[in-house]
Amino acid sequence: METGRDIVLELDHLTIKFGGLVAVNDFSLRIEKGELVGLIGPNGAGKTTVFNIVTGQYEPTQGSVLLEGKDITGWRPHLIAAAGIARTFQNVRLFTGLTVLDNVLVSQHLRLKSHFLSAALCLPSYSNEEQRARANAMELLERLELVPYARELAGNLPYGQQRRLEIARALATCPKLLLLDEPAAGMNPEETARLMRFICKIRDEFDLTIFLIEHDMKLVMGICERIRVIDYGISIAEGAPDEIKKDPRVIAAYLGEGGE
Amino acid sequence: MGKYFYSVCKKHLNTLLTLIFVGFLFLVLRWADTHLDEFTLRIMRTGAVYIVAAVSYDLINGITGQFSLGPNGFMALGGYTVALLMLPLPQKAFVWFLQPQAWPFNSFSFPVTWYFFGLALVLSGVMGALGAFIVGIPSFRLRGDYLAIATFGFGEIIFVLANNLIPLTNGPLGMKGIPELANVYWCFGWAVIATLVVKNIANSSYGRAMKAVRDDEVAAEAMGVNVFRTKMLAFVVSGFFAGVAGGLLVPLITTISPTLFTFTMTFNLLIIIVLGGLGSITGSVITAFGFAIASELLRAVESPMQIGTIRIPGIAGMRMVVFAALLVLLMIFYRQGIFGQSELSWEWILSLPGKVVDKEVAKKWKRDETSS
Repeated sequence: METGRDIVLELDHLTIKFGGLVAVNDFSLRIEKGELVGLIGPNGAGKTTVFNIVTGQYEPTQGSVLLEGKDITGWRPHLIAAAGIARTFQNVRLFTGLTVLDNVLVSQHLRLKSHFLSAALCLPSYSNEEQRARANAMELLERLELVPYARELAGNLPYGQQRRLEIARALATCPKLLLLDEPAAGMNPEETARLMRFICKIRDEFDLTIFLIEHDMKLVMGICERIRVIDYGISIAEGAPDEIKKDPRVIAAYLGEGGE
Repeated sequence: MGKYFYSVCKKHLNTLLTLIFVGFLFLVLRWADTHLDEFTLRIMRTGAVYIVAAVSYDLINGITGQFSLGPNGFMALGGYTVALLMLPLPQKAFVWFLQPQAWPFNSFSFPVTWYFFGLALVLSGVMGALGAFIVGIPSFRLRGDYLAIATFGFGEIIFVLANNLIPLTNGPLGMKGIPELANVYWCFGWAVIATLVVKNIANSSYGRAMKAVRDDEVAAEAMGVNVFRTKMLAFVVSGFFAGVAGGLLVPLITTISPTLFTFTMTFNLLIIIVLGGLGSITGSVITAFGFAIASELLRAVESPMQIGTIRIPGIAGMRMVVFAALLVLLMIFYRQGIFGQSELSWEWILSLPGKVVDKEVAKKWKRDETSS
C-alpha cells in the first residue's frame, strides 16, 4: 500500500450502518495536501455522517480513515483533533457561555503542557503558558477580524460572526485538515461571497487542506477544485465543478429522474 | 524604580488585593475570636464550612455542568475519617459500648494537636476524592444524566453503611466527644483555600475546558478536549473539598451520626449554589455564608407563635419548608441566581467609581448629541 507523501486524508471503503440503515456505503476518497474538496448531495445523503466518521464521532462499521498515512479509525474525537483534524458544525455549536476569546482558547487546551496542579495553584510556569496562549488567541482573532468581539459572550454575536468564530475556534487547534459543514448555511448571497473569499484566504494563510459540505452551489462551484457527489450514502460522481454541473446522474439526484 | 514598582503592582494587582483581603480577614477573625460570643462564632464557622462545601459543589454542578447529587456522601466520608482519627482512645472505648470497635481504629488515634488535625483533614479530603473517583469512572463513561442517579445512590449507600457498619462507625448512635478542633482559623483558612483553588481552576485552561464541556460536549470533544478526563478532574477536586468540609463540620459540632449527612445536606448546598448563580464561585461563597446565618435566624419560624388568637405550636423542620419554598420560587422567577454566571471580581469592584463617572459622561454625550 502506498502511503503517498502528499495525501492528507484517505478514506478507504467506509461503510456505516445504523441498524438496518446503511448511511454511508463503501465511500472512498483521497484528499491531497492543499486541496479544496467539496462534498455535495441531497438532504439525508450521508454527508455529515462522513464528517462524523472522520472526526471520530461515529465508528465506521467497515473501512478505515487515514490521516497522512496514519490509521486513525475509531480514535476518540479529542485525539483526532490533536492529530490535526478540526471541524465546524452544520448548526453552529459554540460555547455560548464563554467569551469569544475563551472559545478560541479552549481549542488550545490540547496543547497545554502545564500540570493540573500548577494551574490550580496558579504557579508562574502555568501563568506564562496561559499568557502565551492568550497572545496566540488574540493574534488569531486579529487575523480573522474578530478582535472587537473578543470579550463578548459567543452566544451574543450576530449569526455571521458566530460562523466565523466557529472557523476561528477550529483553526486554533492548528489543524492540517479543516472540515467545514455547510459554512454558508443561513447566509445571504453577499455574505456567501465574502465567505468564499474568506475560505480561500485561510487555506492559503494557514496552509490548510479543506474538505467542505455545502448546499450553496455557487459557493461549491466557485471555490472547490474537486467535488464529490453522494446520494443515499453512495458516491455517484466526482470531478471538477464543470463536469459535475453537466453530469446526468447528479442532475437526476437533485431534480429527480426525468422523462416519466 | 518607582515606575518599576508601579508596573509590578499593576500586573499583580489582583493577587495583591486578594492578599490584602486575606490579611484583613485574618485580623477580623482574630478580633472575632476574642470579642464575639460562642454562638456567633459558631454560626461563622458553620458558614465557612458551607463555603468549602458549596464552592466545591459549584465546580462540578455549575462550572462543569454535571448534575451531581453526591456531596453529602463525600462529606460523610470526610467526616467519619476525621472522627475516627481524632477521637481519643479512652473516648472510643466509652462510645463503642455495645460492640467492640474494629481494628485498626480501636488501637490508635491521632494526638489532639493542630498539625495532626491538619493531616486528618487532608486525609478526609483524600477519602472524598477517592469516593468521587470511584463513582466518576462508571458514570462519566456514559453520556447523559447518569451522574445524578449514581451520586444519589452513592450517598444512600454511605448512609446505609454508616448505619450498619457498627464496628467501624458505631451505627446510628454515632460518636460523641470529638475534640472541638475546628476553630475559626481552620474553617476560614479552608474556605479561603477552597475558594482560591476553585477560582484558579475555573479561570485556567482546565476551567475553560470544563465550561466548554458544560456548554457543548460534542463541540468540546471535537476541539480536542478530553471530556472524560475533564469531568473526572472537576469531580475529584470537588470530592476532595467536600471531604474536607465534612471533616471540618464534625469537630465543629463535636458529634457525628449518619443523620448529619443525609440528602438534606445536598439539598441545602443545591439551594446555595443555585441561589448564588450556578457557575459563580463568589456567588456561592456569599450565599453559603448567608445561608448559615439565615438558617439560624429562621429558627424563629420553628418556635411556637401567637398570631392573634391562633396559637401555632412550634414545628420542627419548618425552616426546611421555607428553604424549599424559596428554591421553588427561585426556579420560577429568578433562575439566574444572584450573580448568574458572573463573578464578583476586583476589576468590577475597582470599576465601580469609574462606572458612576462613565454614566455621567455618557449622559452628557447623549445630551450633546440630541441638542446638535
